[in-house]
Amino acid sequence: MSTRLATGGRLIDRATTMEFTLNGKRLQGRAGDTLASALLANDQLMVGRSFKYHRPRGIVASGAEEPNALFNMGEGARFEPNQRATTTELFDGLTCRSQNHWPSLEFDVGAINSRLARFLPAGFYYKMFIHPRPFWKHVYEPFIRQSAGLGQAPKDRDADSYEHFHAFTDVLVIGGGVAGLQAARAAGAAGATVLLIEQTAHWGGRAPVDGGTVDGQPVDKFVDETLAALREMPNVTLRNRLMGAGVYDHGYVLGYERVNDHQPGAPGPRHRLWRIRAGQVITATGAIERPLSFAGNDIPGVMLASAIRDYAVDYGVSVGDRTVVVTNNDDAYRTAITLKTLGLEVPVILDARATGGGALADEARSLGIRVEAGKGIAKVRGGRRVTGVAICSQAGEGAVLEEIACDAVAMSGGWSPVVHLWSHCGGKLLWDEAHAMFRPDVDKAPTGANGEAFVIAAGAANGALHLRDTLADAQAAGHAAAARLGHEVKESAPPLGEAAPEVRLQPIWMMPQGAKTVLRMKSWLDFQNDVKVSDVQLAAREGFESVEHAKRYTTLGMATDQGKLSNINGLAILSDALNQPIPQTGTTTFRPPYTPISMAAIAGEARGETFQPIRKTVLHEWHEANGAYFEPVGAWRRPYTFRKGDETIEEAVAREITRTRESLGLLDASTLGKIIVKGPDAGRFLDMLYTNMMSTLKPGRCRYGLMCSENGFLIDDGVVARLDDETFLCHTTTGGAESIHGHMEDWLQCEWWDWQVYTANVTEQYAQIAVVGPKARALLQKLTGDDISAEALSFMGWKDITLDGVPVRAYRISFSGELSYEIAIPASYGRAIWDKLLSEGAAFNATPYGTEALHVMRAEKGLIMIGDETDGTVIPQDLNMEWAISKKKEDYLGKRAQARSHMADPERWKLVGLETLDGAVLPDGAYAVAQGRNANGQRKVQGRVTSSYHSPTLGRGIAMGLVHKGPERMGEVLEFPRVDGTVMKAKIVDQVFYDKDGEKQNV
Amino acid sequence: MSEPTSPLAGAKYEGFAGVVAMGLQGMISLRGDLGAEALGKAVKAVTGVDVPAPRRIAMKGETGAAWMSPDELLLLVPYADVATALERLHEMLAGTHFLAVDVSDARAMFSVDGQGVREIVAKLMPVDMRRQAFGEGDFRRTRMAQIPAALWMPQPDRVQIICFRSVAEYAFNLLKGAAAPGGEVGHLS
Repeated sequence: MSTRLATGGRLIDRATTMEFTLNGKRLQGRAGDTLASALLANDQLMVGRSFKYHRPRGIVASGAEEPNALFNMGEGARFEPNQRATTTELFDGLTCRSQNHWPSLEFDVGAINSRLARFLPAGFYYKMFIHPRPFWKHVYEPFIRQSAGLGQAPKDRDADSYEHFHAFTDVLVIGGGVAGLQAARAAGAAGATVLLIEQTAHWGGRAPVDGGTVDGQPVDKFVDETLAALREMPNVTLRNRLMGAGVYDHGYVLGYERVNDHQPGAPGPRHRLWRIRAGQVITATGAIERPLSFAGNDIPGVMLASAIRDYAVDYGVSVGDRTVVVTNNDDAYRTAITLKTLGLEVPVILDARATGGGALADEARSLGIRVEAGKGIAKVRGGRRVTGVAICSQAGEGAVLEEIACDAVAMSGGWSPVVHLWSHCGGKLLWDEAHAMFRPDVDKAPTGANGEAFVIAAGAANGALHLRDTLADAQAAGHAAAARLGHEVKESAPPLGEAAPEVRLQPIWMMPQGAKTVLRMKSWLDFQNDVKVSDVQLAAREGFESVEHAKRYTTLGMATDQGKLSNINGLAILSDALNQPIPQTGTTTFRPPYTPISMAAIAGEARGETFQPIRKTVLHEWHEANGAYFEPVGAWRRPYTFRKGDETIEEAVAREITRTRESLGLLDASTLGKIIVKGPDAGRFLDMLYTNMMSTLKPGRCRYGLMCSENGFLIDDGVVARLDDETFLCHTTTGGAESIHGHMEDWLQCEWWDWQVYTANVTEQYAQIAVVGPKARALLQKLTGDDISAEALSFMGWKDITLDGVPVRAYRISFSGELSYEIAIPASYGRAIWDKLLSEGAAFNATPYGTEALHVMRAEKGLIMIGDETDGTVIPQDLNMEWAISKKKEDYLGKRAQARSHMADPERWKLVGLETLDGAVLPDGAYAVAQGRNANGQRKVQGRVTSSYHSPTLGRGIAMGLVHKGPERMGEVLEFPRVDGTVMKAKIVDQVFYDKDGEKQNV
Repeated sequence: MSEPTSPLAGAKYEGFAGVVAMGLQGMISLRGDLGAEALGKAVKAVTGVDVPAPRRIAMKGETGAAWMSPDELLLLVPYADVATALERLHEMLAGTHFLAVDVSDARAMFSVDGQGVREIVAKLMPVDMRRQAFGEGDFRRTRMAQIPAALWMPQPDRVQIICFRSVAEYAFNLLKGAAAPGGEVGHLS
């Protein structure tokens, strides 16, 4: 059984007990434990079920590579699935539940799949569930969804906060093992600013567990001394619990800091996403041990040799009393030696190499451990945990030579450098035949904007596995990074790492070498996704020869661990099946993040009230307090209508329109774009931007204009006021303010850079209030002494006046057909003037109105709205607006496009009014049908509704639409089928429904 | 007579740094040839400072000038003095090609005070806030989370931030969140 040893555990504090629960069961751990070590200390070897066959799964590893020990962590607002036990620091009160089992971890119905394994090979789902087609959606998928899946989705709103942090550094060192520490020290000593980040809570990596000496001292002493030295250096910063998640272009690196995962509820953010810009990146990310592929290698109790060693040394936990070690290299002997020294049994070390091991093997033998060279495991015995192993000859087909009882198996297939971060941004790999591993190709590093390398791999991550090489390589990396950034490097001898010499490993991709099908079908490559040796071989036979295809066909490496354990073994099997060398097969693509990071960390501050910026006018508060029903217009929120009492929205809109037309309405028009255009060439510039002539406009006057893209399509409209000879103020639509300003600058900066024109977007400088209705002038006259009579301020004129002591500008323009002034007020005075207009306007029944009343009133007048009558395919001619297109101008943006054959086609749909025969309201966007069907068998159409409202003024529905040759067909009745199958009929009429002669606005 | 109000007038937050919505600040957007002698003289006359170098701000008492782009400055003057300053600019620059407009009411301004101000900025803006990279006299036009913003440090441990008025509330909430107790990063001092 797995248990806590009486002594040892360099990372735990035995005096501090921590309570936690698994599936409701109360358990105890120690401060400093990971969840994994605490579970093992409680003999909780089995942690879940596999994805496909629901086989029992135990902890395999001790770090980020763990494929099995994933838990539903926490509860309620702090619930999160798929949390890796090996990287979860234990805290008091931790609650977790195991995943992917039903009804319970111990008894699982889905485990029947395991018995059916021979019928569930690679590609089974693709082959099986494709016919009959409709079954996928209605039968197969719901069933598979039910039985598949790892953790559960959280249901509650996340209780924690998250944030980003932008950091800049000369050198970023990723990984706080001995290599990272030494590289940081070397770069720092050369004068570079260094940020050293480490994903765990501890420094020194696994070197203290593996032993050896540095400059004659134990490794942990070296770690402590180096840390102390680094902390003394003002140009070096150390951060732990901060993982290098991804390396991107231009020295951009994402770091994932788990600030409070180990102390939920503590003040501050839970995760912090570091967005780091580094001059040079050193990846000192270490190496990951590979499993061996033998039958039953997935049974709980079979673990990586290094992990068993870690649990013993770091946490004082023994995984088993009798541990069989199986290896193809010298390093795994360290596990046997460690266990034996702790007083645990190691019945045998099975070394697959016929020639056996080196110095470490001798040491093991001298401790009395039996060592068998050229032997391997034919099969692991056991179900929910290991009970023994059947030994065979590695060279054979699996004939059992001997059975040995044990309760744990420590396996080692060699080490793979963690090349993920090196590879993210294009670093290439080469195959190291001697160590049977891919390592960074230093000549093909990721390159930055200047074409120079910006990533350096250091230590084990660079393939320098032996302590002596690790430290020397790290020192060189630190120096190289500093030198590349222009720092002067004083060469010095690296610290001398000494450890037992190791003899060459032998690549073992299958155990035994000639394993028969029945064994290969139980030899796991990918523990989480249930991919076995036989599956990869099947994929190769079926023609999935590219490693990327084989990956997707078998799902090898597609689980949440992204194949950290399985990839190299899998592609070796694939290479073997294809009879080609491993480098020719290559690796799948390493993509960020290194391990999954929380979505919330990516969102950062963008949640709750800061989810997105909402633009608010200076009158917004008043709107909120007065029943506004808001609608989004761009990033603004504008009142759609103001409801009073029990009014429906429709009733409120009708009231606002009626009162405005009868007496007086007030509109917050502040969101309209306002762009100042000034300079000697301003008139010429606006003549190019607008379809009509603007340069002839007189100061003091306004003119409505249309703006088209160079493709001829309408993009904006609005009223232009000429402020003086050189200065114009262009009103744009609300949504167009920023884009039209950008459009102007684009043409000025890129095409007409020699024209003397400056622009400024002053949209937010002014609160703009429309005072609308027959009593508009009367109200303003109460607040100003300036002459605003019909003669002094005529229709389409503007004037600077003083309103209640505030200098404002009054534009006499109308979008409603009524007598109307738009008052531009410095925004800081906007609210005060609004209040004044309301109180003084009470005598005229002044009624604030919203965007819907605005829309209905403009539609009653037959005025177009960008975005309703236009959709990016409409030209002014479609809207019968030839009057707004200057014939005199040599050119304007869109002129040539509008002369093209399709644009000038008399068959285009054109704007008309539509009047339903029964007075009902046409659905917005409805199509008018024509006779016959098109090539796709669809009913032909001859027009569509662009705007449709109930007009309270006329007491019936009114609409505008684009209709084939519409203006030539006045009086014709069109049919508009509705989704419910009924048909509405509407007559083509003039689009101006109200006061066609403009008598109301011109008083 | 109507009185002006500033965005989020009086809004305050105390976290590990203090956030305050500042009152009305006179601001003039000035576009022109920043190298021209006439423009330099006009800027000096209105603000008392020389045209600042790229990404710099020059302040003298309550007035100053910030570099916004190769042909744009932001002039800072007391709110009440904007009209006079504009008049002066128009007089002194008459006959040259320039644009000077009042943008005082289009903006909101915040100050953040305390030891951790550099970290608060670094949480929200992609700006190198290390002491050696950003100090007194530096000025940046950048983004603050999802909105445009500009910032400078008028004195150590104080940042002033300008954004558009319509998003003042969003900006204040951002700063509040970034300054919340426990959010000290401990990376920039």
